[in-house]
Amino acid sequence: MSEIAYDVLVVGAGPAGIAAGAAAAESGARVCVLDDNPAPGGQIWRGAVTKDAAPWIERLRLSGAHRMQQTCVIDRPRDGRLLVDSNGRPAVIAYNKLILATGARERFLPFPGWTLPNVMGAGGLQAMVKGGLPVEDKRVVVAGSGPLLLAVAAYLRQRGAQVLMIAEQASWANVRRFALSLIHQPAKLLDAARLKLALLGVTHHYHCHPRAAEGDGKLERVLLDARGKEIRVECDYLACGFGLVPNLELPWLLGCEIRRGFVAVNEWQETSVRDVWCAGEPVGIGGLALALASGEIAGLAAAGRRQRARQFFSARDKALRFQVAMEEAFALRNELKTIATPETIVCRCEDVTLDRITRHASWRAAKLATRCGMGPCQGRVCGPALEFLTGLQMDSVRAPIFPVPLGAFLTGEAEQS
Amino acid sequence: MADTVRLTVNGKAVAVPAGTTIAAAVLRSGVAAFRRSVRGQPRGPLCGMGICFECRLTVNGEAHVRSCQGLVAEGIEVRTDV
Repeated sequence: MSEIAYDVLVVGAGPAGIAAGAAAAESGARVCVLDDNPAPGGQIWRGAVTKDAAPWIERLRLSGAHRMQQTCVIDRPRDGRLLVDSNGRPAVIAYNKLILATGARERFLPFPGWTLPNVMGAGGLQAMVKGGLPVEDKRVVVAGSGPLLLAVAAYLRQRGAQVLMIAEQASWANVRRFALSLIHQPAKLLDAARLKLALLGVTHHYHCHPRAAEGDGKLERVLLDARGKEIRVECDYLACGFGLVPNLELPWLLGCEIRRGFVAVNEWQETSVRDVWCAGEPVGIGGLALALASGEIAGLAAAGRRQRARQFFSARDKALRFQVAMEEAFALRNELKTIATPETIVCRCEDVTLDRITRHASWRAAKLATRCGMGPCQGRVCGPALEFLTGLQMDSVRAPIFPVPLGAFLTGEAEQS
Repeated sequence: MADTVRLTVNGKAVAVPAGTTIAAAVLRSGVAAFRRSVRGQPRGPLCGMGICFECRLTVNGEAHVRSCQGLVAEGIEVRTDV
């Protein structure tokens, strides 16, 4: 198996990883940025060289950092080493400093029918369309929670989809208070105004969530609850996500302290583990601004240039305050805890229903008895859902943190010996 | 580089723009169910970003490929697992 060594290894090539990798490489460090996706940019810049993204991707390229796409971390064989699967081939990468920029995923909440084909995440459907799925004239319901819904709806509409409805679970009062708080952030206010304009004429419900998805073999209609009133919408796709949750599997594996659901870091973005930094969504769902600022800080600090990093403190701290306001506005209503019925499948990998899980007092007990969270996604989907629905918390991960064909590793070992 | 890439989905010929993900190519071909769950339910893509594993397929004989994270290549043979 090949082994390569770097001063700074960055995991994730979204905005935080790009900023961190570029900042460290520009400071003279030998840097590698690895990423699971086909192209750099993370989820927000996926598949499109937008005006925002192009200069950053170009900056990373010019920085001289080595970039590895379609590469995911499997394990930490020992300190200072990560085992990765790079396009089906195993490799060990050695590092002096490690920066975790693993991003976030959508939180899915289970409800009857959510496992039907063509029920996807909000970001999930957007990613499919960015990946080449045409949606012209397709009827789409966008549901769940958070500002992502508006961005996704506007994007789908621009690609020719008929966005029939946006269903936000938060109340209008909360969302309005949040919108008013943007008055101190003109750039965000302008973004919001643009979205509003792009969505003129689209029905927008607040305090509204899906009750069920129905169809024969694939989605045909969605039933929604709008303040106790049932709405029934025939559609081709349901794009549904309830905010974002950080990807904590690798920080967990490395033993980083997690506080209130996020990786705990000091002012330099350093985690509780020596020589491990963290930037972007795993430290707080603060969007692009937080990702770029915390990435610059982590990259500069890891390369030993702390003084230069200070200039990004105010941008980072402002983005963190924005996160707090957003969390409050889009907090999930308690009523959503009832959208999964006892018979609803919660763990999609192992087809485990809610009633089988709620018999157990801990995640571990539920897992041992039902295999929930033990399929290929390893709890990435059902973990955050169960935490909200039942309060059961995932407390650990085990390597491999991504399933890999054993054959690839055996071949790698054989080549080495 | 060719602008169009040809592949087969369950033996049926499909042509898609270069740069399309395998998952999007399969959806374009009119297939919504990518695999069957352990209890036999049809499943398709959910997260679009490589974490849920619902879109896994067989590509050129290799099973369990996350189709949302791979791009189409000329001549690949894709099979759903339903």
